[in-house]
Amino acid sequence: MTGAYVPHAAGYVDNDGPKVVTSRFPHEDSFTLERSLATGGYEGLRAALTMAPDVVHAQVREATLLGRGGAGFPAGVKWGFCPEGVWPRYLVVNGDESEPGTYKDRLLMERDPHQLIEGCLIACYALGLSQCFLYVRGEMALAQERIATALNEAYAAGYVGRNVLGTDLSVDITLHWGAGAYIVGEETALIESLEGNRGMPRLKPPYFPAAIGLYGQPTIVNNVETLANVPWIMTKGAAAYREMGSETSPGTRLFTVSGHVNRPGVYEVEQGVTTFRDLFYGEAFCQGIRDGHELKMFIPGGGSSPWFFAEHLDLPLEAKEVGAAGSMLGSGAIIVMDETTDAVKACHRMVRFFARESCGKCSPCREGTNWEEKILARILDGHGRPSDIDLLLDVGDNISPGPYPVAAHADEGLEAVPFPPRQTTICPLGPSSVAPITSTIRRFRHEFEARITRSDGIPVSAAAPGGEVGA
Amino acid sequence: MSWFDASHERIAREILARYPKPKSAVIPLLHLAQEQEGWITPDAMAEIAAMTGTTAAEVLGTGSFYEMFKFHPVGRYVVNVCTNVSCQLLGGEELLEHAESTLGVRAGGTTDDGLFTVEDVECVAACTEAPCFTVNYRYFHRADTDTFDEVVADLRAGRSPLVRGASGDGGDIPDHGTLGRVRQHVPDDRRAGVVPPEDVTGPPAWMPAAEDEAAS
Repeated sequence: MTGAYVPHAAGYVDNDGPKVVTSRFPHEDSFTLERSLATGGYEGLRAALTMAPDVVHAQVREATLLGRGGAGFPAGVKWGFCPEGVWPRYLVVNGDESEPGTYKDRLLMERDPHQLIEGCLIACYALGLSQCFLYVRGEMALAQERIATALNEAYAAGYVGRNVLGTDLSVDITLHWGAGAYIVGEETALIESLEGNRGMPRLKPPYFPAAIGLYGQPTIVNNVETLANVPWIMTKGAAAYREMGSETSPGTRLFTVSGHVNRPGVYEVEQGVTTFRDLFYGEAFCQGIRDGHELKMFIPGGGSSPWFFAEHLDLPLEAKEVGAAGSMLGSGAIIVMDETTDAVKACHRMVRFFARESCGKCSPCREGTNWEEKILARILDGHGRPSDIDLLLDVGDNISPGPYPVAAHADEGLEAVPFPPRQTTICPLGPSSVAPITSTIRRFRHEFEARITRSDGIPVSAAAPGGEVGA
Repeated sequence: MSWFDASHERIAREILARYPKPKSAVIPLLHLAQEQEGWITPDAMAEIAAMTGTTAAEVLGTGSFYEMFKFHPVGRYVVNVCTNVSCQLLGGEELLEHAESTLGVRAGGTTDDGLFTVEDVECVAACTEAPCFTVNYRYFHRADTDTFDEVVADLRAGRSPLVRGASGDGGDIPDHGTLGRVRQHVPDDRRAGVVPPEDVTGPPAWMPAAEDEAAS
């Protein structure tokens, strides 16, 4: 207990790499308009306003700005899906960050709300989006306060609202609070929620709300981090952006590393070229597994991603390579677990998350995730049955049929199954619940079996510690 | 006569004016009702239904989907302990057990004095600062049982524990129901203008007239 007043949400760790979205983070007043303007704030917007809207869009497309919410779809391409001649069009910002292990959008909203607002305005200008809804997770009270303050400042100073900076651009940005539901991070569920409904994903097609979105109108839904990159691209250009990272994953990205590392943190990292090993063991990053312990496994891309192991350390943080190895980079959330971790307990806890957060629309997910949780809970309680391991896999197969994405297990001669999973559901929530199960059963089946056969030494009767049962 | 008191009624009208369709204001207005009363009462839902052109059943149908809305009285301080994997690895479950045993309630329960409600929650986005808990959505990072006891003692004694947090909040922890204490306010002369989608006939002013043909 230090008792010291810390002006910022903790977690961000500076490293010497290039900075796109965290350049203001070291300043204690990074969230104010004054600091923003003193450090190049709204210059990206000014640059954009000197170009034609389609030129702005082309810049973002050329930068190959990949969406940072989880799916990694190129934002510039997504922006191009609005049908012609259909007005109005809307922008919805997904700030409902809830994926287990993910802690980056909250930082971006708390520490640099003006950067996000600027990104929103540029997107609105490029595509003719006439109103923006900034959907912030309900539990993030400080982010709500910081964004409200920033919007009030920006409206007063002429950056948001009617005739932005004296131009024809007129956009209202509406701050909207969520109310606690992971599924609302799915973009069509987000739109349902914004329309005042239960946050349940819509049936596809259409696959993108750019076709039919909010109030049935063309709607661009972008993640907070995605839009936070846009001002930099406007001031420095797409070519400069592509100089960072790799050909297929350019730019930088925020990775949240939590769990059993010496220095957990949110790091801005060049995509594609940095490896998991760099991140976990590098001096500038996590500085190794916590003292004296060894890596057992890690979750590479948020709670929805299949788990990785020591042999994956040299993979680069690059979507295609991680996908081929059986997982995904998802939301850039990495959870590191050392050898003291109980694989069955960790698996149960992650599955419990999906069971609690299932919206209930599709039966395979509504029923299946709860079955999975119940079976894992009874295994943990010492009531597991020998058939439970197969039953878990069978329930998973009903949510995501066929081979489920999973890492290779060389000792057993098992090859990787590449990402993504198939699904019998509208959205990926249900299929995601299968990831912890197949990942841990393939690798640590013996831990499940030990729990089931009670070979871990739990006495048959806790009431008779002397072991005189039936004597 | 509105169910909302005068100051909340004024905020409610501002909220409604920010959406092209009134039903979009259901969730913000539920938050506002919870700010005024600490929980969502049936009368509040009837009022919100009248303001948004929906029914009380629709308001309950939407509201009951979301965990933050409480349809029964809860403690003045809602303590959320994260037990998802990042926190579990570093003692989140033990922290929850400690909270339950020291306050004498199971997760979901409220202490007899009406001060504390304890909840076992999912990831709250503070994973690098595990284990963590929040009180009325204000964060306490890298918390151990001592942190928890000190925060509870502060609140019982009427002191603000926020200085023990790492969240950037100042001042006191507001009573349950109040989220952001700063609200968006758009001056009339700065408003771009919110219009129902059916009243929009063409592209906005800054888009070139030929945009439709040029785009491909």
